[in-house]
Amino acid sequence: MLHTFAVYVDNKPGVLNRVASLFRRRAFNIESLTVGHTETPGVSRMTVVVDTDEYGARRLEAHLYRLVPCRRVDNITTAPSISRDLALIKVAATGNARTHVMQLVDVYRARIVDVSPESLVIETTGTEDKIDSLVEVLRPYGVIEMVRTGRVAMARGTTPVRPIAPRVPPRAAPDVSGDVGNCSV
Amino acid sequence: MKLTGAQILWESLVREGVTDVFGYPGGAILPAYDAMLAYPIRHVLVRHEQGATHMADGYARATGKVGVAIATSGPGATNMVTGIATAMMDSSAIVCITGQVGSKLIGSDAFQETDITGITLPITKHNYLVTSAEDVAPAVLEAFAVARGGRPGPVLVDITKDAQQGSSEVDWAAAEPHLSEAYDEALPGDGDARDAIELITAAERPLILAGHGVMLSGAERQIIELAERAQIPIAVTLLGLGGVPASHPLNLGMMGMHGEAWVNNAIQEADLLIALGMRFDDRVTGNLKTYAPTAKKIHVDIDRAELNKNVRVDVGIAKDLREALDEWLPLVKPGDRAAWLSRIDSLKGDSAVRDIQNLPDDGHLYAAHVINDIWRLTKGEALVVTDVGQHQMWEAQYYKHNRPRSLITSGGLGTMGFALPAAIGAKIACPGAEVWVIVGDGGFQMTCPELATVVQEHLDINIAIINNGFLGMVRQWQEFFYDKRYAATPIGGPNFAKLADAFGIAATTVTKRGEVAGAVEAARRLKRAALIDFQVEQEDSVYPMVPAGADLHKMIRRPSPIVETAAD
Repeated sequence: MLHTFAVYVDNKPGVLNRVASLFRRRAFNIESLTVGHTETPGVSRMTVVVDTDEYGARRLEAHLYRLVPCRRVDNITTAPSISRDLALIKVAATGNARTHVMQLVDVYRARIVDVSPESLVIETTGTEDKIDSLVEVLRPYGVIEMVRTGRVAMARGTTPVRPIAPRVPPRAAPDVSGDVGNCSV
Repeated sequence: MKLTGAQILWESLVREGVTDVFGYPGGAILPAYDAMLAYPIRHVLVRHEQGATHMADGYARATGKVGVAIATSGPGATNMVTGIATAMMDSSAIVCITGQVGSKLIGSDAFQETDITGITLPITKHNYLVTSAEDVAPAVLEAFAVARGGRPGPVLVDITKDAQQGSSEVDWAAAEPHLSEAYDEALPGDGDARDAIELITAAERPLILAGHGVMLSGAERQIIELAERAQIPIAVTLLGLGGVPASHPLNLGMMGMHGEAWVNNAIQEADLLIALGMRFDDRVTGNLKTYAPTAKKIHVDIDRAELNKNVRVDVGIAKDLREALDEWLPLVKPGDRAAWLSRIDSLKGDSAVRDIQNLPDDGHLYAAHVINDIWRLTKGEALVVTDVGQHQMWEAQYYKHNRPRSLITSGGLGTMGFALPAAIGAKIACPGAEVWVIVGDGGFQMTCPELATVVQEHLDINIAIINNGFLGMVRQWQEFFYDKRYAATPIGGPNFAKLADAFGIAATTVTKRGEVAGAVEAARRLKRAALIDFQVEQEDSVYPMVPAGADLHKMIRRPSPIVETAAD
């Protein structure tokens, strides 16, 4: 099934690459990945959607925590949450078609953000289902170009599940010299 | 006071307690080398950067300290890749320092420029690209914390030439590493001590599976206490050898592809597996569908990503093994599992005695003879470093390790050429140890230029080449599974004794069983490096063997006439 993770990472060069590389290395297929700033300076938030089972999701979470720049991972798949996708759709619309398209835009509570003699650009946000459906009804008129952000998601309610983990001095490595002694042979 | 980036590098290493580094200089790392002379560091000049990483790895495994390798940019850095991957697979804490072209040249395909942080991304715990002197100390100090923290592993720090040459004030207190504490948190669904104890108390046929983590966490005493109190037998992985004394009555021996038959059978009959610091590698499980079908499973590993990876477990605990066992021990009830222990004794049956070493001297020299004699003559107390292949498995079967960290071998990655350089690292870490390299003729030829390092560093290590003129393990697979079509496995080689002689190393060639003990004793007496070329039976195979992907209890056994029976 599709699992949605909210991943908080330090905003440093190469972090996106580390996360993407982890998914590739462990043979997980990313359905969607978005990244942007958060309310905490220096911390970015990724929304990653991946198709895997329960065990896979848990391992993925553990692997993400092994990344040094990773500060927090929330699997919000089953939590009550809001998820949204934003799309810009350029549709061929002249003559009568233009009126029909504008009616559809109204029905879907989308907006027209650019008008040219040959085409319209429609902006819409919503769940992926809603956008898929809008694209389907527009398709007969001729979709010239489309761009989508991919899913962003947030759990409902007022408090985050867990705070972003602080940076602390590392735990001392286990003392392995005690009982056996280094160079015991 | 301002220091150059190069000085900050060495100052950071010294602060981390580093006394020895393994490296090879070059253009982009020159400023660091120039500054090194002022610091109390022993630099071991290697003959190939792969050797430097294996040496750092051997150093780390012998002591539990962090090993350090250093190389220049470009080819120097890429030559480290195999050693880094080896350390990653076997959870060995090493820090690799590489030079990089000047920061203004990055991305321009400059001379000896390579994207080593990109290349090593999936085979390091973490890596750093440092482009200014002020970033050197925080990166290096954090690299050590990451390398040794949690599940140990390799970390690479790539430092541009201008970062080494530039200067900066250093606030050492501010440079102390701070890592996210999220890693140590228990997650919902994690098992705890009580869940584990409940299963242990209820089990009639429990079995402990002990891995490398026993030594990495220093849980050698705790695991014995658990086993003795609850009367639970122990099976060990290849990298777990030595973590539990081979002579302990509850230690059954090695599991897996070339493990003991009774150990694999015991796993298949157990009603509880207690996996401690091991990761259910495909070489120890065989076919997962039929693996330990009647057993519940408890798995303790410091790396949560290992839980439920290959084998679904009933209780998964992501924790340092020693801490976990310290929680368990007060709760463990004394157990009596005489019936189970005697059942395992009966499983030993005709396979309990490995009599290949007791065969009459009929002119054939078997690797088992050689390894058994080395074990006997060193009283099982040597630090043995093995390569990969048949000799590695025979060593695991015939050399009984009673002490932790007394076997160093490339397990996960199976890196040929590992043994000689890793042994150099181990000897430098433990100068008082009697170090034996046991290596095949194929693997030895991959890294034998490091013999020059042995001589230059005046190291007293003993090298036993198990020379069968084949890439033996691959030949064995060709014999078993490819109808004896020996494609590209017959391998020639130099006269190893003459080769060693050219390097200035004492050497002998042994072809008869009667000569083994004398040659081994002579090498031990010699206070400098010695090499023995043991020319053994060419087409001998390692038994028993679970074919890759087969059921764990379906082992290929040694055919007659060399039968492993108690009667021989």
